[in-house]
Amino acid sequence: MSNKTKNLCSLALALVIVGFIACSYYMTDKTSMIRTVLQLGAIYALAACSMNLLNGVTGLFSLGQAGFMAVGAYVFAVFTIPVSKKAGVYYLYGVADWLKNIELSPFIAMILGGLVAAFLAYLIGIPVLRLKSDYFAIATLGFAEIVRILVASSLFNKITNGSLGLNSIPKFTKVFGLPSYFTPFIVVAICITIIMLVVRSTYGRAFKAIREDEIAAEAMGINLAKHKRMSFIISSFFAGVSGALLVQYLGATTPTTFPIAMTYNILLIVVIGGMGSMTGSIISAFLVTAAKEWWLRFLDVEHYIGGFHIPLMRTGFRMVVFSVILMIVVLFWRRGIMGNKEFSWDGIYNFFTGKNKKKKAKAEAAEGGALNE
Amino acid sequence: MLKIENLHVHYGGIHALRGINMEVADGQIISLIGANGAGKSTTLKGIMSLVHKTDGHVEFNGTDITKFQTRDVVKQGIVLCPEGRRVFPDLTVEENLKMGAYLRKDKDGIAKDMKWVYELFPRMKEREWQLAGTLSGGEQQMLAVGRALMAKPELLMLDEPSLGLAPLIIKDIFAIIKEINNSGVNVLLIEQNAKAALEISHFAYVMETGVITMSGTGQELLNDDRVRSAYLGE
Repeated sequence: MSNKTKNLCSLALALVIVGFIACSYYMTDKTSMIRTVLQLGAIYALAACSMNLLNGVTGLFSLGQAGFMAVGAYVFAVFTIPVSKKAGVYYLYGVADWLKNIELSPFIAMILGGLVAAFLAYLIGIPVLRLKSDYFAIATLGFAEIVRILVASSLFNKITNGSLGLNSIPKFTKVFGLPSYFTPFIVVAICITIIMLVVRSTYGRAFKAIREDEIAAEAMGINLAKHKRMSFIISSFFAGVSGALLVQYLGATTPTTFPIAMTYNILLIVVIGGMGSMTGSIISAFLVTAAKEWWLRFLDVEHYIGGFHIPLMRTGFRMVVFSVILMIVVLFWRRGIMGNKEFSWDGIYNFFTGKNKKKKAKAEAAEGGALNE
Repeated sequence: MLKIENLHVHYGGIHALRGINMEVADGQIISLIGANGAGKSTTLKGIMSLVHKTDGHVEFNGTDITKFQTRDVVKQGIVLCPEGRRVFPDLTVEENLKMGAYLRKDKDGIAKDMKWVYELFPRMKEREWQLAGTLSGGEQQMLAVGRALMAKPELLMLDEPSLGLAPLIIKDIFAIIKEINNSGVNVLLIEQNAKAALEISHFAYVMETGVITMSGTGQELLNDDRVRSAYLGE
């Protein structure tokens, strides 16, 4: 395929996506499921991409995602609740004096949320990044739990409002004069573009080299500690931003908004999409969200066929079915939707024309030849 | 150019290197032969600062690099092509080569060396877009050598380049090592395949349980009775 056709195809695809999102706004009403799925899917796509940068691209298996999202979410919430509503929100414990008159613009607060998450990543990275594989996972899991407990603890009652949580958090605000419905898509698109640029840069290549073989990477002169730290910090920044987006979507947050299960949810999206593939994460974020929130909803309702009560179908059953589907996916499609490849027109072209298979067969034949030499 | 004095390395309680002294002179292929566990790989890792040196000095072109970090050793011009190839399997051949040049900033030089590596290994050019993990063993070894060359080393250290390869491919690899040396890169070679290594080396060291027991030119060692019985199986 020539570059020109590829660019045309990409442009067409971008237009279709933008058009679809625009249609979802102008052709559906406020309570429509499509809106929910698209907005939530976009937010989860960012969370998944940020996790993928660390887990898939750099090969550091972190389970701290929910913790960093909670940090971003709470920083956003604390700094954006309107001054006039603060008394009402903190009615039980009162609000800290320094916080009383602070109200930041949502975009600054979002970036601040990301920065605080990134700074925490830097701090805990100093000891934690020395650990390998499973130990790193457990340490980051511990971090997420600590964040959740600290947020709920009475120590910060005047800031986080303890287990009561925060509400009156401003919903999405307008950007570029567009309706506020489009804000999460714009923010997510910008963030994911940055993540993809990082992955494609020489730093990204170094991250991948670390994933593949640490010793070889070190022998090539890559500074392991620095690159791991950088990946951890960038990933946490965008995790924080995605947390801030989620809290804008929800309008309220409590410590239980970001349980460990949130990390697993996002890990699931990453695994289904393919570890190391950003496009995979994006596709699977929308698929998983749609399946969970929409397509499988009917399983939660009791059904009767001609007076016959269908067994099992009641509240919560959709999660059982969802889990079974997941198991099937992981068993038979282990590399996820995209493996570790990114979306490319050549890939699609080869998939349909079977060119890749021919190439592979050719390579195998050549390999056989090399052995027989 | 490279001078190692009294190098000691410990792995926990095990004294792996017990005072190694060796030298690499300009323009030469030096080989280090010995049985498994003699400490050959550890010597190279010690030079690269990939393991902690308990004692001793390493000097390269007059600079004391004993306490250098691995990346600084690479910057000085010493590159290790590690044992067992260790290419990055999910990166393409081209990306693997680019990783080799990771510390370099001279774009033109990198492009030139890339061309040179593709000339040395025409197979790599054919497989430019293939994932390194899908290459055959011999091709992966060539890629590993090419990747090391991309760092533009003054001293290339090869750890068991013939490991697990068919005899004909080993012959190719050794021919290429000679060619690399002819182009002005010094080579420090570790080999179990002592005969092939000694045949192309200007000078060689024999290592046993963490100490150097013998040294001499390649020909001298090839004719030495002790070497012949212990390493050449004659």
